[in-house]
Amino acid sequence: MKGETGKIWTLHLAVIAALFAAQFLLPQYHATNLARIMVLAVYAMGYNIAFGYTGLLSLGHALFFAAGMYAMGLPIWQLEWLPVPALILGLVAGGVMAGAVGLLALRTAGVSFMIVTLMFAQAGYLTLLYLNTWTGGDEGFVVERAYRMIGGVDLAADTPRYLAALGLFSAGMLGCLWLVRSPFGRVMVAMRENEERSRMLGFNPFRVKLIALVISGLYAGVAGAAYGLLFGYVGATFATIQYSILPMLYVLMGGAGTVLGPFLGALAMFYLIDIASGFTDAWLFVVGAALVALILFAPKGILGTLRERGLKWLP
Amino acid sequence: MSFGPFLLLALLEGTVMAAVLALTAVGLSLVFGVMRVVNVAHGEFFMLGAVGAWFITYYLPLPPGLAWLVALIIAPLVVGAIAALADVTILKRLKYDPEATIVATIGLLYILQQAALTFYGPDARPVEPPFSLRLQFPWFGYSGYKLFVVAAAGAILLAVWLFMTRTKAGLVMRATQVDMETARAFGINVDRVYAGTFALGAALAAAAAVLIVPIQQAHYLMGHDPLLLSFIVVIIGGLGSIRGTLIAALLIGLSDGVISMFFSPTLAKIIATLLVAMVLVFRPQGLFGARA
Repeated sequence: MKGETGKIWTLHLAVIAALFAAQFLLPQYHATNLARIMVLAVYAMGYNIAFGYTGLLSLGHALFFAAGMYAMGLPIWQLEWLPVPALILGLVAGGVMAGAVGLLALRTAGVSFMIVTLMFAQAGYLTLLYLNTWTGGDEGFVVERAYRMIGGVDLAADTPRYLAALGLFSAGMLGCLWLVRSPFGRVMVAMRENEERSRMLGFNPFRVKLIALVISGLYAGVAGAAYGLLFGYVGATFATIQYSILPMLYVLMGGAGTVLGPFLGALAMFYLIDIASGFTDAWLFVVGAALVALILFAPKGILGTLRERGLKWLP
Repeated sequence: MSFGPFLLLALLEGTVMAAVLALTAVGLSLVFGVMRVVNVAHGEFFMLGAVGAWFITYYLPLPPGLAWLVALIIAPLVVGAIAALADVTILKRLKYDPEATIVATIGLLYILQQAALTFYGPDARPVEPPFSLRLQFPWFGYSGYKLFVVAAAGAILLAVWLFMTRTKAGLVMRATQVDMETARAFGINVDRVYAGTFALGAALAAAAAVLIVPIQQAHYLMGHDPLLLSFIVVIIGGLGSIRGTLIAALLIGLSDGVISMFFSPTLAKIIATLLVAMVLVFRPQGLFGARA
């Protein structure tokens, strides 16, 4: 156990160090991609906390992502807030939205849970369109460069943006690592594996699942807020069902219930689409075929399969 | 136009919508009832029906009415065959695990959408109605074709009902729905029943699309709304209950027609989606289903 802890920390710190080094080694195009991937990976890590560890298959995480994004963007756009409080509001909005949805949706399970979350997310998306005078509707709005300065640092410039994404990603990953190795993390897994037995052991499934969903929502919220702030655009596309499917795809590909899986999945999927779009514009097909192939042949994903084949210590 | 005729128009539009919706939703309900599969790609089968109708009417050197009639028969058959293929190659291998099949049908949704985009293109294209007849009311004229859609949808639904209750194949399907294990023990080829049910469900969606496409144009993204509305109808009617599905289709179609006419279509959809979420949370057996 002692040796495993050392191995685990070495691996995760090495990933962060490698990502830090990558900005000096990679051409700018790929560095910007990587910044994008890291923010999306934070979103996927949040999804993984609900789906991978707690067994809550949600189809409505775009609602939490968009809640964070709009809670960050609207105050800046309409009320000229500063980025830091806006970012914090985005984080909180994701968690609050997840809590509100969870209070209702967690009364159901399985397929019903999927559909209820899907419907709430759809209602949220339609509300964004309906209130287009305040939200900018379908077109969304641009977060002006002047409002993307934190303490004199311009987040729209390449290096600060990369470092901000890396900072958020590192915090998210270490937080996730700590969470899943904590006693509460074990209870989350127990809920996924056997809810009835955990109930008999005296845990309250509703409470555990609600907390897990709120943590997941906080991740999604801050990822949405950071995405809007770092890349300067807030729009209703980010609330569509597609943005609920993407983190699921990343998590399935990288390995559900692994700390590094979401990042690996986001990286693989992003470049799969990027490379595929080089010679075909049929990227929807790539997404669809990846989903079908994963669920058919590798439901455990990359890291899940590795863990099965010997790397048992992988968290 | 005063309020009365305006309401009549809204109700007429709502009835047309309800008829097509009932056809689509019964397909989804059948698949869920017999196979316990939530088919997220159902809307894409609807879209394939409409796109297929465009291809058939465009390339077949027949008078428009006749070509459309051919489309009404051929398009559902082709779409049904595609669905049966998807069932055998994908869903069966997942052993119909509910969550895995949802992920797989989401994948199927993207694949079919891309196929339509690649081979049919991003444009919305019209299909000529098989006949043009205008019924003159005292206040406004109304398309006779739309009323024909209602009648045709009703006829197809009646045929489905007769098939389910009066034929051996329907009996086998119902037996599989009640107890798959026992059905298998009695020598029923459950794999074939599942493939057939999935094909029938898809074919019903395609038939609904062929009926509506002269009114609505064919487009590769058109499957989204029917999918959402079918979900709403199937859930409110009670998952797997055909009778509940029909009542709910009428209810949702009419109220959607009225709310869209007097308020905004977006608001109508927001209310409907929230209603569904609430029904699933507080009354999972549906508004018309029996308490389990």
